[in-house]
Order: sequence, then C-alpha cells, then structure tokens
Amino acid sequence: MQRYDVSERKALEQAIDEISDIARGFGLDFFPMRFEIVPADVMAAIGSYGMPSRFTHWHFGKAFQRMKLSYDLGLSKIYELVINTDPCYAFLYEGNSLLQNKLIVAHVLAHSDFFKNNIYFSRTNRQMMESMANSAERIRHYERLYGTKRVEVFLDAVLSIQEHIDPYSHARENGFAWECEEDAFETTLLGETRISGDGRGKHIRFDEDRQSGSYRRYSDLLALDERLKLDGMRRIDDTLSMSGEVDDRRFPADAHVKRNEGQNDRRHKRHFPPDDEKDVLLFILRYSTILEPWQRDIMTIVHDEMRYFWPQIETKIMNEGWATYWHQRIMRTLDLTEAETIEYAKMNAQVTAPSRTTVNPYLLGLKMFEAIERSYDDPPEEYMLRFGRKKGQGRAKIFEVRELENDVSFLRNYMTEDVIRHLDLYVFAEERDAWRITSKDIEKVRDVLIRARTNGGYPTIVVRDGDFARRGELLLVHIYDGIELDRRYIEKTLPYVYRLWGRPVHIETVLNGTMTRLSYSGEGGQVKQENIV
Amino acid sequence: MEMSISREDWSLHRKGYTDQVRHQEKIKEAIRARLRDLIHDESIILSNGKKYVKIPVHTLDEIRFRYNEQKREHVGQGDGKAQPGDVLGSFGDDSEHAAGKGTAGDMPGTDIEEVAVSLEDIEETLFKGWSLPHLERKEKSIEKSVTDRFNDVRKKGLMSNLDKKRTILNALRRSGPALRKTSFHIQPDDLRFKTWQQETREETQAVIMAMMDTSGSMGKYEKEMARVFFFWMQRFLKRNYQHAEIVYIAHHTEAKEVSEEHFFSRGESGGTMVSSAYRFALDLIETRYPQHRFNIYPFHFTDGDNVTKDNMTALSLLTELVKRANLTGYAEVSPYARKSSLWQTLEKINNPRFKQVLVRDKTDILPALESLFVSHES
Repeated sequence: MQRYDVSERKALEQAIDEISDIARGFGLDFFPMRFEIVPADVMAAIGSYGMPSRFTHWHFGKAFQRMKLSYDLGLSKIYELVINTDPCYAFLYEGNSLLQNKLIVAHVLAHSDFFKNNIYFSRTNRQMMESMANSAERIRHYERLYGTKRVEVFLDAVLSIQEHIDPYSHARENGFAWECEEDAFETTLLGETRISGDGRGKHIRFDEDRQSGSYRRYSDLLALDERLKLDGMRRIDDTLSMSGEVDDRRFPADAHVKRNEGQNDRRHKRHFPPDDEKDVLLFILRYSTILEPWQRDIMTIVHDEMRYFWPQIETKIMNEGWATYWHQRIMRTLDLTEAETIEYAKMNAQVTAPSRTTVNPYLLGLKMFEAIERSYDDPPEEYMLRFGRKKGQGRAKIFEVRELENDVSFLRNYMTEDVIRHLDLYVFAEERDAWRITSKDIEKVRDVLIRARTNGGYPTIVVRDGDFARRGELLLVHIYDGIELDRRYIEKTLPYVYRLWGRPVHIETVLNGTMTRLSYSGEGGQVKQENIV
Repeated sequence: MEMSISREDWSLHRKGYTDQVRHQEKIKEAIRARLRDLIHDESIILSNGKKYVKIPVHTLDEIRFRYNEQKREHVGQGDGKAQPGDVLGSFGDDSEHAAGKGTAGDMPGTDIEEVAVSLEDIEETLFKGWSLPHLERKEKSIEKSVTDRFNDVRKKGLMSNLDKKRTILNALRRSGPALRKTSFHIQPDDLRFKTWQQETREETQAVIMAMMDTSGSMGKYEKEMARVFFFWMQRFLKRNYQHAEIVYIAHHTEAKEVSEEHFFSRGESGGTMVSSAYRFALDLIETRYPQHRFNIYPFHFTDGDNVTKDNMTALSLLTELVKRANLTGYAEVSPYARKSSLWQTLEKINNPRFKQVLVRDKTDILPALESLFVSHES
C-alpha cells in the first residue's frame, strides 16, 4: 500500500509551500491546511457524505455507488475535496500526478480563503468534523437502542424536509423570534410569575440558552414595543396600511385586543405561527407532539448539518469561480515544464468545460469574476464621472465581492450582457416533446439562473398554520414563484411529513395553474387533492 | 502558517460500502412491493431463460418536495451558434430528432435506477405461500431423477470438499495433551473429506393443458393476459415437478394442438365450440398423458362466447375432465366483469377441484393465480 515514497512526498511538500506563498502574496487569506492523501473509494465516500465522519444512511450509499461507479468507468474523477473547517482539510487522490496536485492545492487554497472570508460562512461551525462524528455516534447508539430499521425510517422522513430550514437564524438555539416576542409580551403583561412553558403546546424550552441569547439582550426593548401597542399607539406600518386594517397577526392571542368586530374570523384567530415560518424542520421539531427525545435529537442533528452545508449550497457558482480564478493565476506563475504545461491545460479545460444542458459553475463563476475585475480595472468613462470609479480597482473589487455576495446577489449584481453573450448562454425548456432552446434574451437568462439558485435551488416552503382548522393539523404553503412542484413527489413526501407531525398535513401550491391543496391524513390513506379559490 | 500532509490508513473506512449494500437491499424491497405490476412485465415473460431482467425502479429517489423539472426552464451553454428553436434532446424515443448526443440521460429530471433482478428473486417472492392443491402421488410413476447428496465422510477426496470441522477435530484429538504446550499441526492423516452419493428418486410428472379460445372474439390483449398467466403457472409447476410439460390446445369450432408461438400469436375467425377443446384434452389423457402417471392441470382461457347449444356438451365433457385432473381452471376474460351463459352452465360442476376465475384486466392475473394456488383451508 505504501507506494508513496519519500521523494514524492518531499516534492509535494515543497510544492505546497511554494503555492501557499504565492497565494498569500496575492492576498488570499486561508485557514491552516491539512492535506490528506486517500484512495479513490475514500474520495468517493467523503464526496458523497460531505464529511468523512457523517452518520450513515442509504442516501449516501446511493451517491457513493454512483460516484464510485463513474470513477471506475473513467467517466469522472473527483479532483478536489475540501472541507470547511479550521484547520481546513483537503483530500488528494493517491493516484494524482504532482502537477495535478499542484492545481488542486492552488484551487483548494482559494476555497479555504472563501470559507474563511465570505460573510455567509461567518457563523458556520468550524469544528463540524468533530460535531458530526459525535452526532454519528449518537445515531449509532439510537440504532442499537431502537433498531436500525426504526432509525432509518425516521431519518428518511427527516431528510425529506431537510432543506426547509431558515439557514441563518439562531432559532435552533434561542427559539423562534416570535416565541421570544410572545414571551417578552407575557412577561410585561403578566409579570415575572408566569410559569414558563404553560398553555402553549408541548414544545421544549431552552431557557438556559436564552439567558445568553439575543432574546435577553433585547427583551427590554421588545417589552417596550408591546407596551406601546397596548397603549393604543400603533406602529407605523399599522397606520400606513392601505385598508386601515391593523395587522393582528403581530398580536399574540392572549392580548384579547379586539378590533374590527364582525370582520372575517380568520383575522381574529390567533395565528400560530404568527407569520409564515420558513424553518419547517425546526417548527416540527419544536411543536410536534409525537416525537420521542431521541427523534428530536436526530432532527436537531440534521438541522445543524443542513445549516452547516447551506452556505456552500448558496455560493456554489461564486466559490468554484473564485477557486478556478485563483488556480489559473497561481499556476501561471509556476515554473512548469512543457509536458506539465500541456497536462495543466488539459486539466484546466476539463474543469471549465461547457455543457449544453447545465451551467458549469466553475466556468460561469470564473468568467464573472474576470468581468468584474476588468470593469473595475478599466471602467467606462461614464462610471468614472458619475460614480467616481477609479482605474485599477479590479483586484480589490473582486475581494470585496467574494466577501459580501452569495450566488443570487452575485448573479443579480454582476451578471452582465458581456458574460452571457461570451458564454453563449440560453434558456431551454420542454416544447413539443423535446428540450428546445426557447430564448437568448439577456434578462430571461439571468432570471432563470437566479431562480434556479434562489433558496439554494430548492422550492421555498413555509409553515402557515400549525393548528390548521383548529385540529392541530399542519398547513404548509409552497411560495410559488412560477415553477410548479412535481406532484408525484408531493404525494410521496406528505406521508413523510405526517410521520413527523402525527396529525393530518396539507400543502398548498399551484398545480397546472390552479391553486391546489393536497392533504394526507394517515397511514395507508391516499393523498387527496382539492382546488382552492 | 501551518501546513501538513498525511496519509492515514483508510482501509477501515467502509461506510460507503455498507450504505451501498443498504441501498441495494432497499431496491430489493421495492421490487417486492411492486410485484403485482412486475408479473405482467413483458421483459420478464419474454426473457425466458435469461437469468436477469432489467427493471426501472422509481421508488428509490430521495423523497422531497421537488420542482417539476419538465415544466421548468433551464439554462445551458452553446458554442456561439445556438439559436432559439434548436433541439437539445427529446423525451422518450431519443433516436428520433435529437440533434446530436443529447439523450434522456443528461437531461434534467431523470432519476430512475435500472436494476437487474433475477427471475429467481421474483419467483421466490411471488411463490411464497403457494402450494399445489390436490397433489397426488402417482403410483406407477417411473420417471427417475438423479441427484447428488453429500452424506458421507472419507479420508480421501477432493481438497475443495475438505471437511474443515472434522479435520480440526481429528487433529485436536490426535495431539491430545501435547496441545497445551505447543501449537498443533494438521497431519495428512487428519484430513477428512465430504463425499457424495448419487441418489435416484422417483419423480412424478405434471402436464399443463393450456386451452385457449382462438376465435375472432379473442383479441391480442386477451391473449397477452393468457400468456402471462400460463407463464407463471408453468414456472410454478416447474419448481415442484422436475418435469412439467405444457401442451397448447387452440380451438374455435375444432381443437388442435399447436406450438407455443402459434398459440399466442395467431387468431382464427369463426364461431366457438368450447366442447371441442375439452374433448381434445380428454383424448390426450387417453393417449399420451395417462392419469395414473401424470398430474394433470387443464386450464381454459376464453371470453365465454360459446355457441349456446354447445354449452351442455361442454358441461358434461368438462365434468369428466375435472374427475381426471388434479385441478381444472376456467378463466373468463371479460372487461366488464359480466359472466357469460357458459360460465353459468359450468357453475353446476361444483367440485373443489374446479375453479372459475373472472379476469377483467392485467391486474387480475395475480389474484387469479392466487385463487388457484393459495389454499385457504389451512
């Protein structure tokens, strides 16, 4: 096994040192690096689990099989694998040539810089490798206690809604903001004697956590706000509301404030949650009445891991574009032999190969960063006059962009006509039984791309009512933005949600142009569909 | 800044493989769940002989709320000459007008696993709980079958048949007290081999008499169902008898023995005289398949559209047939679940060895098979 001899290792160490120096010279600011040399199947395993220490589930087995197979058949090879931790782990395939490793090291350093500096990553857990190992151990323990099958069936259900979280909220630790508001209100109104946790379902409270959370810090202000409301002083948004209606939903039910008597009942009903709640997973975790403690724990694990992966999902184009931009710049400064130059060019061409049916994030991101740099290095006359843009600001600008944007804002702010034309991007869709190019309009291409990246590429689904029809049922709503959901998958997913919620579950969405509610009310039953006005 | 390279031993990192196995088990479960649809899958019926059939399995997608990819717009990249209206790939038949290499595979929204399943797997699940009702030991059954059974242990034999347990036991016994001090060795004398003996068993035989109405009123669809039915019936009987023959008897106003291909493909025109088939079957029993040697399973597929005056003749002949056979079946294909006058006439037979089943469409095939082979007595 240990074919990896000393001289090879020396050469790699030297290369890494050299490349790191160059990268630092360019201003890249990355975590301490740990390079690990692994065989192909381990590479595939880490690629499919997202982390070497993650829990086991057949989803990952499926991904692994696919990756391993396409590697074995020579169809694809995972070039880079880097993990957002501090220190930052990067994996190199043991069969790589030195030149391949050089490119990967350069590429990976830029990823590490991105992880460290992009604002969306500012709160990710950099000890996630250890956390995931602990979680995996707990899940293994549950498997021993409750049986593999039971844990798997439960995980199937949890994973079916894992994308529906609120990735940057700290509600998991501190409770939902609206819970805090209600608490603050109750504290003010009823005094401190109120026993926490009564009268409001069975959700778990993390009072100790809250001591340190944002809730405590701002509770006096929140309380003030509520007192003002009670005094009849309406908030600006209330008074400005067109119909003169007051947004009752801001008011907790306990307030017994009655206005607009005789109007439709819905507005007088206490809303739970008060506003649409995006974190479906956490809402179910906190308010489902059928979950065992171990099941809540598993949901917490999945929630944490999704939150950890979310910034990566949301910055795919930027992150890959940034890394590609830098591996090109770094490789150009290296002293390569002729053979190495050819090998590098081949590999670089593979990474940035265009595809007729998808957008290659490496290529698109690269071209966008280059376009930004150009337009700030040598801005048009008009921009210099109107915005006072100076020449030669390109590098500084792209560093700023990598810090502040995610894919959606990146595309929205910086995807220019030049880039779209240069890459010959088009929109295609199904037309007369075939996939056809339907448009090359700039706005259209940009819109479709942005939509595909919105919410990480997943449909946005919220909890509208956790006590639907006053029967403790769960009403989810798909926030429709022009793309319909796949009906067959709704029918399969609802029973999973039911398994978590324990009471009938509904989802409202648009199907074939009609607002539709699909409902599932118990094991063995069918998903029912009705049109709603 | 710190930097390090390492190369750990990853050989125990088997997680990917174990979860892969789990995923494959899930696929098998999915097949089990889909059995009802699988049994009339053409590719299985026509694969006769092949060990594996490929079946698309949809159920192993990761379940989640997903966009309808086919109703969605996507972005792709051209070579500078892409124009609106260009075709990138087509649905279904990708050989047709796909301009270039675009096949369904690289198009959005395809997440179907093609799984190879062995026929044996399917049979194992399908035939679970089935039995042969009214099975009789035919006294003069002279068909012999030869099987090998490992039932002897000898000192000489093939190394691949080494009986490890006995060999080690012998070595232990021989070393005796010396064992405590030193490690023991296996001597040639300790070796024991499993050996087999040939056994001759008497086998009973079975014959299926597949009778089908080939008159004009039986369409392609009806024949297809009969084909599926007889296929599984034969597979099942073959598991129980080393020799299970099948004879095909096609009839309209006359009956004749035909080849399998002819039986399922060709149609005749004209009226129907069901009695002709029953008479022909009785003749076959007289001449070729004497009832003291064969287990006989006559089975008749028809739409029940018989010449009225023939009904009584059919009844008396079929009554005879039922007496000679182990189990007789009469399946009537009727899309509207309406029973014919022939059905009603035959109801008079009233013998537990005679079963009538009504088949409306393909999904009734499994229940029909089960009504024959799953006994409700126990």
